[in-house]
Amino acid sequence: MLRLAPLLALALMLGPVAAGLFGTLLPAVGYVPALGGETVSLAPLRMFLAQPGIGLSAALSLGTGLAATLGAFAAVVLFTAAFEGTRFFRAMRRLLSPLMAVPHAAAAFGLAFLITPSGFVMRLLSPWATGFQRPPDVLIVGDPLGLTMTLGLMAKEVPFLFLMLLAALPQADPVRSRRVAASLGYAPVAAWLTTVLPRIYPQIRLPVFAVLAYATSVVDVALILGPTTPPPLAVRLTAWMNDPDLSLRFMASAGALVQLGLSLFAIAVWIVGERLAVKLGRRWIESGRRSAAEHLATALSGSAMALLAAAMLSGLALLALWSVAGPWRFPDTFPLSFTLRAWTMHGYAAVDAIATTIAIALPVIAVAIALVLASLENETREGRARPRRSLLLLYLPLIVPQIAFVFGLQVLFLMAGLHDTLLAVALGHMVFVLPYVFLALSDPWRAVDPRYGHMAGALGASPARTFWRVRLPLARKAVATAAALGFAVSVAQYLPTLLIGGGRVSTVTTEAVALAAGGNRQLVGIYALLQMLLPFAAFLLAAAVPSVAHRRRRENETTA
Amino acid sequence: MTIIRLLSRPVRGALLAAALTLPLAPLASRADETVDPADWTEVLAKAKGQTVYFHAWGGEPRINAYIAWAGEQLQQRHGIKVEQVKVDDTANVVARIVAEKAAGQESGGAVDLVWINGENFVSLKKAGLLMSPGWATKLPNWPLVDVENKPAVVTDFTEPTDGQESPWGMAKLVFMHDTATLAEPPKTLDALAEHVKANPGRFTYPQPPNFHGSTFLKQVLATTIADRAKLSRPVDPASFEADVAPLFAYLDALHPNMWRQGRAFPQNQPALRQLLADGEIDIAFTFNPAGASAAIAAGELPETVRTFVLDGGTIGNAHFLAIPFNANAKAGALVLADFLLSPEAQARKQDPAIWGDPTVLAVERLEAAERERFAALDLGIATLSPEELGPVIEEPHASWMVELERAWTARYASQ
Repeated sequence: MLRLAPLLALALMLGPVAAGLFGTLLPAVGYVPALGGETVSLAPLRMFLAQPGIGLSAALSLGTGLAATLGAFAAVVLFTAAFEGTRFFRAMRRLLSPLMAVPHAAAAFGLAFLITPSGFVMRLLSPWATGFQRPPDVLIVGDPLGLTMTLGLMAKEVPFLFLMLLAALPQADPVRSRRVAASLGYAPVAAWLTTVLPRIYPQIRLPVFAVLAYATSVVDVALILGPTTPPPLAVRLTAWMNDPDLSLRFMASAGALVQLGLSLFAIAVWIVGERLAVKLGRRWIESGRRSAAEHLATALSGSAMALLAAAMLSGLALLALWSVAGPWRFPDTFPLSFTLRAWTMHGYAAVDAIATTIAIALPVIAVAIALVLASLENETREGRARPRRSLLLLYLPLIVPQIAFVFGLQVLFLMAGLHDTLLAVALGHMVFVLPYVFLALSDPWRAVDPRYGHMAGALGASPARTFWRVRLPLARKAVATAAALGFAVSVAQYLPTLLIGGGRVSTVTTEAVALAAGGNRQLVGIYALLQMLLPFAAFLLAAAVPSVAHRRRRENETTA
Repeated sequence: MTIIRLLSRPVRGALLAAALTLPLAPLASRADETVDPADWTEVLAKAKGQTVYFHAWGGEPRINAYIAWAGEQLQQRHGIKVEQVKVDDTANVVARIVAEKAAGQESGGAVDLVWINGENFVSLKKAGLLMSPGWATKLPNWPLVDVENKPAVVTDFTEPTDGQESPWGMAKLVFMHDTATLAEPPKTLDALAEHVKANPGRFTYPQPPNFHGSTFLKQVLATTIADRAKLSRPVDPASFEADVAPLFAYLDALHPNMWRQGRAFPQNQPALRQLLADGEIDIAFTFNPAGASAAIAAGELPETVRTFVLDGGTIGNAHFLAIPFNANAKAGALVLADFLLSPEAQARKQDPAIWGDPTVLAVERLEAAERERFAALDLGIATLSPEELGPVIEEPHASWMVELERAWTARYASQ
């Protein structure tokens, strides 16, 4: 049974991706008889490359994606190095962990409401400080360089990376490592960077790649905060894919393959950067220096994290405020009146959507967690090391631009007669949930000291008993986090839900995006809040479950 | 990772083979359903108990509420369940129907009725993806449609509808201004250009290929092109550059003084309306003559907003309901389309407190009681009377929109 688990997980994860990719490849080389493409050619690629501003779009995707990932990574790592163990660190940990559950679109809307020229910050300052009676004509949201979009992506990825890092941290025994380094004269940041980071980096490397792939191909955040003249590559692909002129599908598919290459290239750039960092780091260590621009690192990372957290939180508060706002004209700091009108008009309609969202997400994460645990346990029992070459396969669902392979998925489910059903949508979500659960769980699992298992075996425990009584409890925190992450991923799915569900499966997210098209800020506020609430609850549960389980365990042990 | 290494080479090969052959496998098709709209009794009988999936843009809560009302009526009167599938872009629905066709699904499709017009309709019609033969002219309420005075109800962007879509409402481009900040709005394009020059940063339009943005381009094109008759024919590639030269000269002069210096654009009409509400811009526009009144009633625009049209007329068109070739509930879709054409539903739709969408019917031909429904409507504080709405400039051939959007994007959105 256990041996089948990896196979099943693979089939569920890669089967649809392979089919979807195939569905991308065919039109990319011009072959789709149903659409009038009878011969294989490079014409779609040439057409794609001839699009005006396509190089700029690609550069935007690459630049914003790399900058956002590097920024988020540097902020999280330096912040942890400088502040771990302080009260500030614990406060940020409490603040940021739940923020991870916030869907990208909601976070982006919150940020836009905050910093746009007619937004909250400008309202706070107007007219007494600025003299503005009308919003100034300043280009902030949608700037051609994508700076605002990069900021939005960073703000959203920081909590994700922070949580991944926190999950990996205990394995590196940071307190004692730092103490030993300090006794050798190392200042705190230098001590952490030299003793802890090298040991936990392998565990957060996969999440970093996922962030990189996501940030270079993001659609929703780019639509809300990104430039439009031209937009980043993935946005243009999505538009072509949805264009009523069906011949654009060929070009879009060719572009989707380019997007795949682009995301891979970003990862390659990152890997080169890793090598460079290792080389420089080694030289730095050999130089024997004991401090690493401590004050600068502390000040920069501390203020960056505080600012990002403040921006996220006030953005979310703004969403809540808008959802109950009556007339609220510039430069009024607060609405003239408050009303529940929007909630009473649309709140009840949301109940169905919430029920559907949960009905899809719960079975998906249950199956995903079971499959991933079974696969990992199988690996543990066979005692084999992880092969590097298979890495890319796990990443396919996270790297291939969604729009491209979901179109192929849609065709697949149509042929299986499963389209428009909750089951099909759940299977579609599984493709995205499985890799994330795998990413979140595999490294902490592998980092569990194998000697615990050996010891249990030596004491006569069966492999099953060792799994249930030793390894699983040791990894319970990672399991709970992975489940919550899986839930959040499922809730946030837009394109797969829309396309595979044929529009008949309405989740909180599909409703939110459809209503957001109308630009009504009250409605955007309501649905963004609802969209956040569900994953929020999941992460709260995840934070509570391990300690509850732990307490029960201890009670069992003391009574036993 | 770990799971892949368990795969032997043959298994991997089999997986690949499965992936390659699956898309080519035939699809089990469901029982074909044929309905004849000429036999309305049978249509009603077949429709009873059906669920109609009505794919309609879901970005406007007022419209969603109106569709929900229609659904309740159909449930009560004919035992038909209506489910609105709220789409954010009708092109997605076209994509869906195409995907079904590609998968060989000839019946039992996901889309029963779709709210559509223009290039989306032309795409589906040309690809043979609509229910045929034409059914709209056989609906019981069809004789009430004002074909004589509203030619757009049978010609969608110069494409004959051939009864493959049923008119639902009329649209006409009207401009909005806030009298609190701009008392006398410019009534010609030249006056608009002067106003923008004198008031930098206070005008913009949604970014083409957004529908409303493209409509603004067409409005300028129809006003500036030397020979307007050319617009009713497909684009002539040889003369296209010359035809649109005055349009782009106009925009080149306009952009530097526009909102964000023309380096960013709102992405749709509600976003444009929001900019007007925020006081970021002086002038916005909408395709719904009662849209401003409805937005004022909903608290989305200040009460000081009024509408106006340009001298010489503005672009107008109609929007429609179409049934895909493989719709699962064709009978139910026919009944819904007919109900939405009824004087009762059309009058309710025209009420700005409900939606404010102009009727496609010839009101003067209705029975007295039904005429009264329309006469009793308060069209709203910011709605122009039919006389004030001025002449209609008909939609150019659909190919103009495609070429305009391409040329605009190359010129303004890729550097």
